[in-house]
Amino acid sequence: MSSGGYTASELLAVMSARLLADGQVVFAGVGIPLLAATLAQAVNCPGLTILFEGGVIGPIIEPGKLPPSTNEQRCTKRANMVLGSTDVLLLLQRGYVDFGFMGGAQIDQFGNLNSSYIGDPANPKARLPGTGGGNDISSLTQMIVAMKHEKRRFVETVDFVTSPGFLRGGATRRDAGLAAGGMYRVVTDLGIFGFDDVTKRMKVVALHPGVTLEKVRENTAFELVAGADITVTAPPAQRELDVLRRLDPERLYIA
Amino acid sequence: MGQSYLDLRRTLAERDRSLHEKVVSLEEAAGLVHDGETVGIGGSTLSRTPMAMIWALIRAGKKRLSCSRGIVSSEGDLLFASGVSDHIVTSWFSQGIVWGISKVMRHHVERRIARFDEWSHMAMGLRFRAGAMGLPFLPVRSMLGSDVRRERPEPREMVCPFTGDKLLLVPALNPDVAIIHVQRCDAYGNAQIDGLQFMDIDLALAANRVILTTERIVSNDQIRRAPDQTKIPFFAVEAVVEVPFGCAPHECGGVYEPLFRHMDYYTSLVNADPVDGMREYLERYVYGPKSWIDYLGLLGLDDLLDAARRGRSIANE
Repeated sequence: MSSGGYTASELLAVMSARLLADGQVVFAGVGIPLLAATLAQAVNCPGLTILFEGGVIGPIIEPGKLPPSTNEQRCTKRANMVLGSTDVLLLLQRGYVDFGFMGGAQIDQFGNLNSSYIGDPANPKARLPGTGGGNDISSLTQMIVAMKHEKRRFVETVDFVTSPGFLRGGATRRDAGLAAGGMYRVVTDLGIFGFDDVTKRMKVVALHPGVTLEKVRENTAFELVAGADITVTAPPAQRELDVLRRLDPERLYIA
Repeated sequence: MGQSYLDLRRTLAERDRSLHEKVVSLEEAAGLVHDGETVGIGGSTLSRTPMAMIWALIRAGKKRLSCSRGIVSSEGDLLFASGVSDHIVTSWFSQGIVWGISKVMRHHVERRIARFDEWSHMAMGLRFRAGAMGLPFLPVRSMLGSDVRRERPEPREMVCPFTGDKLLLVPALNPDVAIIHVQRCDAYGNAQIDGLQFMDIDLALAANRVILTTERIVSNDQIRRAPDQTKIPFFAVEAVVEVPFGCAPHECGGVYEPLFRHMDYYTSLVNADPVDGMREYLERYVYGPKSWIDYLGLLGLDDLLDAARRGRSIANE
């Protein structure tokens, strides 16, 4: 719990929920993304449509009954439609989805995400669970990523590109055949980050209250683009925190 | 690469595709799976996992099965640790995000005891779909440019002859056998699935044979009253086994939710020690029980009834 009376995970959920707008279609992963999308729906986006990779369109998640992944019946509560998981993923390819919304274990300066290996993939220090739908979502739509800001997670080059950001920057993503989508925002417990229009390097968009640029740099293992236009976010409102804590009373994801 | 198109057709042509009864025991069904075969697993993560069938395959001492599933949860631990499978093809493999990273998966993959081939979730789905469509591949716009693609030798890139777009071609998956658990089916194998279907329809049609396990066998008359609910046709199915709580400790939509207490116990045991913990678990819950019913007894009536109460509540308003 920080001095502001909220945890880092709560800050992540609130800040990323604010990036969503009413009427959008959001493809959400489990954990903070699911929570944040549900929070946005409850606070200011009643017309937000959530998709889950298990094959769900527009559910209403019940407070206190968060699903253990996006593949169980809890994800289907009061949904408009359930369909096959291949078909819900194909909605991304067709272009129905405004934002993909995921957590991240390791990210680099071009927004590439790694959830497959720590260390050399040929001889890894650790095998991680892998992509799931992450590669599809980040290949096929605009992405919002919510993750803890630590130096070991914000690396110059990821060990393995599980979910593509802008690959090696510039036009390399388009050249690889990824015609649409790309990283839009990375939300951390320190600030909000975007990507330079031309180089596609990660840049500072906003800092959370009380966070300095120096602190962000100390916790980032690559050079961040930082212009004069950096703003400061408004702290989480009590109403946002109340809704969040009602959604996750067991603090599965917001501890 | 996979089997030839004509071989796949010949396998179907040789099967009795008439409307006939095919109810067998769990043990008899396990006998229909042979060492070294490719096995497609229905459901996803903690949902509609054909756990009873996997349990029976382990007890039958199967070897070298190559298993594929959209997302793999704790059943992958059991398949690896029991020695039944040394190869899993999937998009994600761990018990579940709330339990962290499976130490059992890590132990087997990092020590090269077994292989975990990673594909994107949609690529897995389109591989089964290509198999179901009788096509050798399907094109996809994901995986391009990533190391997930780079690490896989199978896919090919092509330039679309109509638009010039760059596409990735993923090869069909036609498993020798699919094991799928459903809420209900008749004795002929007409399977009705409630809720999430995952990739099961494509998987069933792609596979050379399908073993269905089901919470309950209903009459063919009941199936015919709601044929729109039938998701897998009888002629795709080789065997039907009635297994109540056949996914436990995972869930079967609308019937029971996961047995979370058991999953907490299981993950803390095996993630603390992926070798001895798994040995203890397999001995106690897989090799030890006299029957599936005996296994359910070990899971405990309290937990089963609680899971069933939660499972049915999905329909509550």
